[in-house]
Amino acid sequence: MSDPKRPHDDASRGTSLSRRAFFRGAGVVAAGSLVGEAAHAAAHASSLEPVRIEGSVELELEINGARQKVTVEPRTTLLNTLRNHCSPPLTGTKSVCERGSCGACTVHLDGKPVYSCMTLAVDAVGRKVTTIEGLATQGELTELQSAFCAHDGSMCGFCTPGFVMSISACLERNPAASLEEIQRSCSGNLCRCGTYPQVFEAALAAGRAMRAKGGK
Amino acid sequence: MKNFEFIAPRTLDSVVELLPGPRDQKTRDRVKLLAGGQDLLGELKEYLVSPEQVINLKTVPGLEAFVARDGGYSIGALVTLSALEESASLRASHAMIAESAGAVGSVQIRNQGTLGGNLCQRPRCWYYRHEHAVCIKKGGSECYAYGGLNKYNAILGGGPSYIVHPSDLAPALVAAGASVTLKGKKGERTLELERFFTLPSEGAVTRENVLAPDEVLTRVDVPAMAGWKSTYVKFRERSSYDFALAAVALALRMEGDKIAEARLVLGGVAPIPWRCDKAEKALVGRKIDADTCKRAGELALEGAEPLAHNAYKVPLAQGLVTKALRKLAGA
Repeated sequence: MSDPKRPHDDASRGTSLSRRAFFRGAGVVAAGSLVGEAAHAAAHASSLEPVRIEGSVELELEINGARQKVTVEPRTTLLNTLRNHCSPPLTGTKSVCERGSCGACTVHLDGKPVYSCMTLAVDAVGRKVTTIEGLATQGELTELQSAFCAHDGSMCGFCTPGFVMSISACLERNPAASLEEIQRSCSGNLCRCGTYPQVFEAALAAGRAMRAKGGK
Repeated sequence: MKNFEFIAPRTLDSVVELLPGPRDQKTRDRVKLLAGGQDLLGELKEYLVSPEQVINLKTVPGLEAFVARDGGYSIGALVTLSALEESASLRASHAMIAESAGAVGSVQIRNQGTLGGNLCQRPRCWYYRHEHAVCIKKGGSECYAYGGLNKYNAILGGGPSYIVHPSDLAPALVAAGASVTLKGKKGERTLELERFFTLPSEGAVTRENVLAPDEVLTRVDVPAMAGWKSTYVKFRERSSYDFALAAVALALRMEGDKIAEARLVLGGVAPIPWRCDKAEKALVGRKIDADTCKRAGELALEGAEPLAHNAYKVPLAQGLVTKALRKLAGA
C-alpha cells in the first residue's frame, strides 16, 4: 500500500491531492474561524497565500466521528486539546511523559497510532482523530477491550488506553498478528507496573476472537 | 513551549520566501519548519528553540511523493518512516534503507516522523537537550560531555563537540550513495548526502549539516543498487525503542563467494554518519570469513578515541560489523 508509485501513476497524484484537500479543509476552517485581523486577512487572501494562525484560534476537529469546535493556540498539543478543551473532556487519553516516550497519550490519526503529546491540534484539522473513548460502539467494548478485562491486562491502568490504542491498530490491520508483531506494535508504550505478559495474552486472545468472528 | 505564529503555506516557493536570508545565521531559529514534529515538539517543549513562526510543510503539495525510477527512488522529504519501512519494493532493492526506517523510535514516531525530519533532527546528547546547559552546540564555549557523562557520545570525529548523529536513515542512505536536494531563495542545489552532514570541526559547531537558513530539504534520490545486498544492524540499550548506541549500514556486491564492492557506514558513534573507506577497500576480493570480519571491524574503528565512559562502543561497533557481514553472507 505504501509502495512507491511509478511515475505518471495517477495514484501518486491522488496522495498529493488528498493533501491538498486536507489543506483546503484547514484553510476553510481557519479562515472561517480565525479572530480579528487574521480572519480578515485569511478570508481575503488569494488561494495560494499561506494561511496564518496567531493568538488563539477556533478549530473544528473530527474526534470519534463527531465534529467538535475547540479554541486553542497554535502551540496547544492534541493531547492538551482532548483533555482540556473538548466538551465533555476526553480524559481517557493520558498525559504522562509529554515527550513521546511513554505512549500513554496514544490516539489514532486517520487510523494510525500517534503520540498526541507530539502532535499540534492545528495539525489535526482535516484528519480523523480516534481516542480510547471512540473504540466501543453503543457501550459495547471491542474484542481487545474485553480481552484486557478478561486477562487482567491492567494493574494501575494508567498506560492501558495507550496500549489498547496501539494494539487495536495492529489487530485492525491483521487480526492474525503474531506475538512478535503485537510486541512491536506497542514497543512505544511503557507499563511501569510490568503487566506486559497479560497485555500480550489479551492481545493474542482478542486476535483469536476477531478471527473467529471473521473480522473485527 | 512559547507561543508562535503557525503558517500553512501552499507552495514550496512561499515556504522559502518565509525563511530568513541565506546568511541570517543569528536569526535562523526565529522560523522553524514543521514536518512530522517528532523532534521539533521536543525542542519547543524544552525551550531549546522558541521560534516566532512555525511553518507547516505538510500543506505543501508534492513533498510526500515517493517515486520508483530506474531501480532507484526519489523520496520526498515528507514521506513517513512507516511508508519507507513498509515498502516491499524498497525492502527488496535497498533492504538497509527499509530496515533503518523500521529501526527508528516506535510505531507512533514512525507514523508521523518523516525522511526530511529524520535527517535534520538535532542531537540527543543530554547536555544539549537540557534547557539550562548552554553547551557548545547551543552557542556556549564548552562541550560538557567531553569531561562529563559521555556514555552515549562520539568515539570518532569528535571535537570540539562530541555529539553523535541520531539518525538511523542517514548511515543507510549514505551507504546507498543517495543525494539530497535543498531549495533556497536562489534556487535548488543537489549534493551527495555524505557531503550534507558536517563534522563540528569543519562546519558551524552549532549545526550538523550544510543547510543554509533559507533552505529546505525537499527530497532524497537513491540510485539503483542492482546486484547489491544490504542490511542495517542497530544496537540499542533498550531494544524495544531507543536511539543507537552503535549501528552499521552495510551493502555488498558479491561475485561468487567474494566481495566485489562494499559500502560500510557507522551510525551512533560520530557526529556524522561515519563512512569507513579503508574497511570498504579491504573487503574487496575477500570471502566473508572470521578473518575478514575481524579486519573490517578493526579498520572501521581505526582512529577511535573513546571518552571516559564510552570505550565499550569500539568492540560493540566491531561486533556489529561482523554481525552485518555474517547476515549478508547468509542472505
